[in-house]
Amino acid sequence: MNPPLIEITNLSAGINGKQILKGINLTVRPGEVHAIMGPNGSGKSTLGYVLAGRKGYDVTGGSVTYDGKDLIELSPEDRAREGLFLAFQYPVEIPGVNNTYFLRAAYNEQRKHRKQEEVDAVDFLAIVRQKMKLLELPEAMLKRAVNEGFSGGEKKRNEIFQMAVLDPKLAILDETDSGLDIDALRIVAEGVNKLKRPDNATIVITHYQRLLNYIVPDFVHVLFDGRLIKSGGKELALELEEKGYDWLIGKNGK
Amino acid sequence: MTQTKIKSAADLGAHLAACESFAASATGPEWLRTLRCNGVTHFTELGFPTTKLEDWIYTPVTGITKLAFRLAATADATVTAEQLAPFAFPGWTGSRLVFVNGHFAPALSSLPAPQQGVTITNLAAALASGDKLVEAHLAHHASVDGSGFSALNTAFIADGAFIALAPNAVAAEPVHLLFVSVPGNAANTAQPRNLIVAGANSSAKIVEHYVSLGGAAHFTNAVTEIVVGEGANIEHAKFQEENLEAFHIATVQATLARDSRFLSHSISTGARLARHNINLVMTGQGVDCVMNGLYAVGGKQLVDHHTIADHAQPHCGSHEFYHGILGGNSRGVFNGKIFVRKDAQKTDAKQTSRNLLLTDTATVNSKPQLEILADDVKCTHGATVGQLNDEALFYCRTRGIAEVNARRLLTHAFASEIVNRITVEPVREHLEQVLWARLEELIEKK
Ligand SMILES: Nc1ncnc2c1ncn2[C@@H]1O[C@H](COP(=O)(O)OP(=O)(O)OP(=O)(O)O)[C@@H](O)[C@H]1O
Ligand SMILES: [Mg+2]
Repeated sequence: MNPPLIEITNLSAGINGKQILKGINLTVRPGEVHAIMGPNGSGKSTLGYVLAGRKGYDVTGGSVTYDGKDLIELSPEDRAREGLFLAFQYPVEIPGVNNTYFLRAAYNEQRKHRKQEEVDAVDFLAIVRQKMKLLELPEAMLKRAVNEGFSGGEKKRNEIFQMAVLDPKLAILDETDSGLDIDALRIVAEGVNKLKRPDNATIVITHYQRLLNYIVPDFVHVLFDGRLIKSGGKELALELEEKGYDWLIGKNGK
Repeated sequence: MTQTKIKSAADLGAHLAACESFAASATGPEWLRTLRCNGVTHFTELGFPTTKLEDWIYTPVTGITKLAFRLAATADATVTAEQLAPFAFPGWTGSRLVFVNGHFAPALSSLPAPQQGVTITNLAAALASGDKLVEAHLAHHASVDGSGFSALNTAFIADGAFIALAPNAVAAEPVHLLFVSVPGNAANTAQPRNLIVAGANSSAKIVEHYVSLGGAAHFTNAVTEIVVGEGANIEHAKFQEENLEAFHIATVQATLARDSRFLSHSISTGARLARHNINLVMTGQGVDCVMNGLYAVGGKQLVDHHTIADHAQPHCGSHEFYHGILGGNSRGVFNGKIFVRKDAQKTDAKQTSRNLLLTDTATVNSKPQLEILADDVKCTHGATVGQLNDEALFYCRTRGIAEVNARRLLTHAFASEIVNRITVEPVREHLEQVLWARLEELIEKK
């Protein structure tokens, strides 16, 4: 078996002193797709933020080894430069910053970190154009300020577009499917699938089975009250779709 | 708080003596001499504002009263075109009128090609030629009794820019008005007086730009009156980048007739003390105006904007956006008045003032002031003072952008939101360069 890309061991974390994650264990290997499902407020986004290194989300126990490194020790930017990507559930608007400019700044900082040469505006545009085609994004989106005034669906597509350009090793997609109509969902999911390689991995956080028809997971986990209470194959998602979470929570509830 | 005491006429000393002798000796038609004398009278009554006055509580002007008063009689002939190179807008094809210490400097200026219905000249020339528009409008809009400073300016009316557009005239190119102060033994004070009269359905873009040569203290006291005719469309940008010892006091007074469009920008990075009054009076229905402003200051600078959107008529819209970036021990003041008169139904007035404090020692006093007498209106205002948005910072960092670069990016973006509303590209480019350097300074010095 491949060595793990990320190994989360007994991870506990809180927000401003309030305990949210209560001992998470999860191993993701290159080439795998994992889905995390769970009711509102169970801690899915918190897990994403903790892995991305958000201030105020403090690790209180356990460890995370990413690509052989202690992830928790790294700054958010170093995590990104090491190939970790979080597609936000609620992407942030940055008025006054051009979308292409922003992405090139990020792209070049990542390249610099990897001791690769920086890319000028012309070459970058070529890269960007190619990725836009992959996601069927309108060219106009490049000229706008980052997420400003984007519809919910446009914001989600922009996240995946950024992911396509930055080409991460581990992508965490936090409810990227919400806000997408069925056509956009298909395009985004196909984009994600095309980016899939034996050496990268994806964690898909979602409420809905329908996304998993397109992005087929190798594993499905249920997060409830800060713990992964059940894991299984892709059929678990179907079971959850049918029965909801109550049958699981009943057994594991407080 | 230190309070300056109200000045008696005797305390006005040098300024008043200079006023009186100027008013007595200066030439010009009878009406103009009367105007100047009115200026002297009102200045004698009002004196310099003190911090006891509500509109000046945060802005003590004692530095100005202490500065020796040396007014130039003519432009400084030693200024060269090379010295002005840093103030040129990249790729500028429009005309440029240069004023040195308040006086027109033809040798440094490039006047536009003559255009039917478009007059772009200096006020002294327009006065000499007896242009009737000057008599009809000069000092009719910015009242001499508003503050001691406009009275003082009126007492010294001599030169400045004069732009007149006949009905339907569309100025072919934007106009750059460059006011250069050269503080020295000959002069340290400029009192430029500008008049812009736009006829019905005319249109023009005008940039007022204030700079210094050398770092010594000086005092600019400018008044610009703008008369925007029915259906006319005027963009007026004011950019103040004087040296850090300068005192800059300026009033823009615009009268907006029915269905006119007026876009005002005020960008202020220079001066030890800068006070900008921007007063828009909507005298007809269907006016749409924007007040757009940005200040970026540090050290011991004080920058004060007092704006007025006076909705005297129904169905007008005013939209105001001011951003401040403050570092060091600097202070910012924003006071935005919105008047909605009794008959001004269906007014749509919007005001936002946002301030970014780069240090714990920078302060800002931001205050909306709404006086609404009509009942069917839409008025909103919002003010924020604070640091960069944490969420946005985090978002940048999750994409691999280092924290310091993310801060830089967001600070520039905050400035760009305002600069991007300027429609004249070379001006935007110049501003971006100057602001980039200024913000780097502020971010580094913190
Ligand atoms: N800043 C905060 N301070 C305190 N509690 C918070 C904060 N942010 C989130 N929480 C709490 O943490 C818990 C987990 O929230 P989280 O956003 O991780 O849930 P989620 O599983 O992503 O939910 P959803 O399905 O609605 O997106 C919730 O109870 C939430 O109220
Ligand atoms: Mg969530």
